[in-house]
Amino acid sequence: MIFSFDLLFEAVLFGVLLGCFYAAVSIGLSVSFGLLDVPHVAHPALMVFGSYCTFVVAGWGLDPIVAGVLLMPAFFVLGVLIYRFYYETFEKRGTEAGVRGLAFFFGLAFIIEVGLILVFGVDQRTVQAPYIGSSLALGEYRLPYRMLVAFGVALVLTFVLTLYLSKTFTGRAIKAVAQDEPALRLMGANPVRIKQWAFGIATGVSALAGAMLIIVGPVEPALDRLYIGRTFCVVVLAGLGSMTGTLGAGLILGVSESIVLMMFGASWAPAVAFGLLLIVLGIRPQGLFGR
Amino acid sequence: MKYWISVAVLLIAALGAALSGINEYVFYAGYIVLTFVVLATAWNILGGYAGYVNFGTGAFFGFGSYAAVVLFKALGAPLIVQIIAGAAIGAALGFGVGIMTLRLRGIFFAIATVAILFIAETLMINWRYVGGATGLQLLRPEVIAPFGSYTRMLFAVMALLAVIAVSVARYVQTSWIGRGLRAIRDSEEAAECSGVPTLRLKLIACVVSGALMGAAGAPMPMYLSFVEPASSFSLNWGVSALAMPMIGGTGHWIGPVVGALLLGSIQQIVTVTISNEINVLVVGVLLVLFVVLAPDGVVGLFRKWLRRSSR
Repeated sequence: MIFSFDLLFEAVLFGVLLGCFYAAVSIGLSVSFGLLDVPHVAHPALMVFGSYCTFVVAGWGLDPIVAGVLLMPAFFVLGVLIYRFYYETFEKRGTEAGVRGLAFFFGLAFIIEVGLILVFGVDQRTVQAPYIGSSLALGEYRLPYRMLVAFGVALVLTFVLTLYLSKTFTGRAIKAVAQDEPALRLMGANPVRIKQWAFGIATGVSALAGAMLIIVGPVEPALDRLYIGRTFCVVVLAGLGSMTGTLGAGLILGVSESIVLMMFGASWAPAVAFGLLLIVLGIRPQGLFGR
Repeated sequence: MKYWISVAVLLIAALGAALSGINEYVFYAGYIVLTFVVLATAWNILGGYAGYVNFGTGAFFGFGSYAAVVLFKALGAPLIVQIIAGAAIGAALGFGVGIMTLRLRGIFFAIATVAILFIAETLMINWRYVGGATGLQLLRPEVIAPFGSYTRMLFAVMALLAVIAVSVARYVQTSWIGRGLRAIRDSEEAAECSGVPTLRLKLIACVVSGALMGAAGAPMPMYLSFVEPASSFSLNWGVSALAMPMIGGTGHWIGPVVGALLLGSIQQIVTVTISNEINVLVVGVLLVLFVVLAPDGVVGLFRKWLRRSSR
């Protein structure tokens, strides 16, 4: 085990960038699972799907981030359709929807994953952009530009979503539906339409998250399995549905993963998110920044 | 009584087949199908009866495999000891998971089991003694007298395990345990209030389910002559173990058996003729189709058909 404060500082610095990236990939889940209580285990799979879509669109000569933004409307529609279907088949029927809804999303995740394998193969895919591969030299520390890009996009995304949820009419309606659905119904609003809209936003955001995923590193179809741990860890740690909490939780995960990576090596890193998730679930299931 | 007679007939038939001159491949494929019967039945005890969804079947299965490998490598333990060890470690892990049900339900419990799966895999990847990420080649011991080959023997052993698993599930379903678990599934609060010992029942379900999964994993390294973390702890075990009861029907012990035989056979045929990815796709598509269109599975469809034809 190697230890020095220099290395530690570098690990923390990298962890902060990584953490913001984790927050960005989890924020969609923070809306769909955290606010809407949909057992959306397929979120990471949809995100990886977004990465592959970005890969295709970027192949036409577009910047991956632009590609991700362009994909957002299509993913929004996809999200609306998925929620509509989920609502009609499970939520509406009420009892016992839990087990089946979970099985449904689990199955969906596998279908997406295998579909990607069948179309693209199991090889890792990357995209090209001027900021991928070079890094910014800060004194003796080097920060890869791709992480900085992800960091920036993550901050913007969190900021915009927080503003949207607290300032706009629809945003507040989404928060209201999370807080007290029957009350909202009594006010004459249609909770299903609001939830559908919110789920669409959550899925739209995961297109951009997918674009960042493929900017940060190579993507393979089975990557979603690892991100089940990371995204759920962040969302649960954040306290369900808290947007700023998501950023904080992402930072905690990013820094701890980065430190473990430095001290014990890459083979232990995947367990960090899952370990942290188990600890949080065991000790404080309501999260750190609860709603 | 009728059950035990048919069980005996099935076991004798399996044993007879293993001793006869049928093509080796039948046993090679049949072993996997029988493994799925055990896994699906075990999953259903917790998932079907009590309503706690376990995605981490691979953790129990993988630990069962590795318990067997460690005992075999260290002491050269015989198969029966390996299986008992696998069941023991599966039961221990099941007990831990059972404790978790105190605080976690629904999706939180399900996600926690995924976490356990990945942590288990990481532990084994980092354990040099059992070969780390690259795994370990194993040399099979001599086959025991009446069997013509090791695969045939494993087939017979797994047939016995499957019968044990199904009998246990049948007992759980028809006894007070099953009634209590169903009460928990429908409403845990109501069950607790009516004096159902919820924690004890959940612990029993988790331990029994875990032990069966661990036992199913134990002979796998011998079957493959190889063990590695990635396939032992794969999430694919979880999706299959969940899909089979869902497809067969979760309410009755025959459901997982039907689902496992159906899906397991399709998988074996597809693997032979097409590829491994299609295999998982079939599981996923059938799972989603059944969950959406036939929530009570094949058993439910059959019952509906019986009712309609009797009218």
